[in-house]
Amino acid sequence: MTSPVGKHDAPAERDAPSVAPGDRPRRRVRRGTGRVAPLPLLAPALIGVAFLVLPLAALLVRAPWRSLPALLTSAEVWQALQLSLVCATAATAVSLVVGVPLAWLLARVDFPGRGLLRALVTLPLVLPPVVGGVALLMALGRNGVVGRWLDSWFGVTLPFTTAGVVVAEAFVALPFLVISVEGTLRAADPRYEEAAATLGASRFTAFRRVTLPLIAPGIAAGAVLAWARALGEFGATITFAGNFPGRTQTMPLAVYLALQSDPEAAIALSLVLLAVSVAVLAGLRDRWTGAR
Amino acid sequence: MRAAAVGAVALLALSACSSSDDSSSTTADSTASGAAAGSSGTPGQVSGAVTVFAAASLKESFTTLGARFEKEHPGTKVTFSFGGSDSLAAGITGGAPADVFASASPKTMKIVTDAGDASGTPTVFVRNQLEIATLPGNPDKISSLGDLTRPGLKVVLCDKEVPCGAAAQKALAAGGLKLTPVSYEQDVKAALTKVELKEADAAVVYRTDVHAAGDKVEGVPFPESANAVNDYPIVQLKDAGNVGAAKAFIALVRSAEGQKVLTGAGFLAP
Repeated sequence: MTSPVGKHDAPAERDAPSVAPGDRPRRRVRRGTGRVAPLPLLAPALIGVAFLVLPLAALLVRAPWRSLPALLTSAEVWQALQLSLVCATAATAVSLVVGVPLAWLLARVDFPGRGLLRALVTLPLVLPPVVGGVALLMALGRNGVVGRWLDSWFGVTLPFTTAGVVVAEAFVALPFLVISVEGTLRAADPRYEEAAATLGASRFTAFRRVTLPLIAPGIAAGAVLAWARALGEFGATITFAGNFPGRTQTMPLAVYLALQSDPEAAIALSLVLLAVSVAVLAGLRDRWTGAR
Repeated sequence: MRAAAVGAVALLALSACSSSDDSSSTTADSTASGAAAGSSGTPGQVSGAVTVFAAASLKESFTTLGARFEKEHPGTKVTFSFGGSDSLAAGITGGAPADVFASASPKTMKIVTDAGDASGTPTVFVRNQLEIATLPGNPDKISSLGDLTRPGLKVVLCDKEVPCGAAAQKALAAGGLKLTPVSYEQDVKAALTKVELKEADAAVVYRTDVHAAGDKVEGVPFPESANAVNDYPIVQLKDAGNVGAAKAFIALVRSAEGQKVLTGAGFLAP
């Protein structure tokens, strides 16, 4: 079992120049070790690609292309798309405001319980979104632990409001931003900050003038990831914010409910979300891999 | 008190019914022999596993009936799959291995019969009617469907795409009422939950859901609900692996004993 692994490592590096000698000069570290993939790796990899891409391709095949324009220009779809874009952007803004400092705390400050805090912060990544929605209801609902006071003191209730959608989306999207920014911070050399400090900058000034520009690509990547996650958020939103066209009905909710009676409309709506998501992730790809 | 009265009325209606429908009352009296005899020619004995796909609203009553069925027919095992009628129907037409299908609406049953997956004609075995669910003690003094249109009241309805939402719209139309809820929930349980959690002041749900929620909500019947009664059809499926047990289970559901359990859960006799 060990020999194939060992064999793979060595020849891959030796083979690369011999198979494609012309490639040698433009060799870059993140390009990998060669162009010829061994079959035992290639076959499962292609199955993996098919598994992930086939369902999406099926969506294109089954799309009601003829009635698509009519379906997509209906007022309700337009409303849902608009609301989705606005709420995802607002959720990303919220995530940036609290997420970047949080990531900095996790990456740069040594304190007891940091590992536990990191685990808690990233919990929404693995939590079923519906559980997140229930938790938000228990905390911020009209009868919730905190929401009760929001209601009686300020008359503010979050469920069934657009603000509630933003809260639900931020809850699931924030960890994506924190993880991305924390990773970038850990990769960034802290000596620049230290140099700034020796030159008399306060810690906050160093963060603002040195660290922030240094990790800007990581922040951008995290923000796009968070935005994409917020855009696709369903479970927490429908549980916490409910479903009302124009106020809390985002695209994923519209897709789910359309599926109950009008599968064609559901496919059409899914296509829109798919297109937006692909565009965003494709645009992000270079920056993302660059940040890694 | 009220439930008992409704149950008594339902039983009266049922006995009146069954006198005109001899076949169902005889199968009800002798479920085992009657049903098995009609199947694969092993008279007298029903055994083996039977799989029942049933609407989520039937969960409590069918679970009770399933336990009774297993007791009455030693050697049988009833397995339930409860869910939204639409997704259950989609599962059946997609080849899910089921013996019996009990749907919450004729519309979803039609998906199965149209696909040729049913054996025989579905029969309506219960009906369900809407009720308003309010907070315990009814603090907002809601006594009619019209009261729900009061400004400042947070009302949730089921989405128009799901059966309970369609029924609610029918009832509102019958009353000539315009109601703007704070949310259109994805199913009846989600709507009820919002009231149980006190996030909403009222919801329009089924009588059976109010019943199942116990004292977490208070039910307010309203006359317009008579215009939006849901029929629940049941049918044996064509690909049933255990025809005898499937027939016997349907017979139990339709028997006086089965109807008693169902009306006890808030359903109305057909």
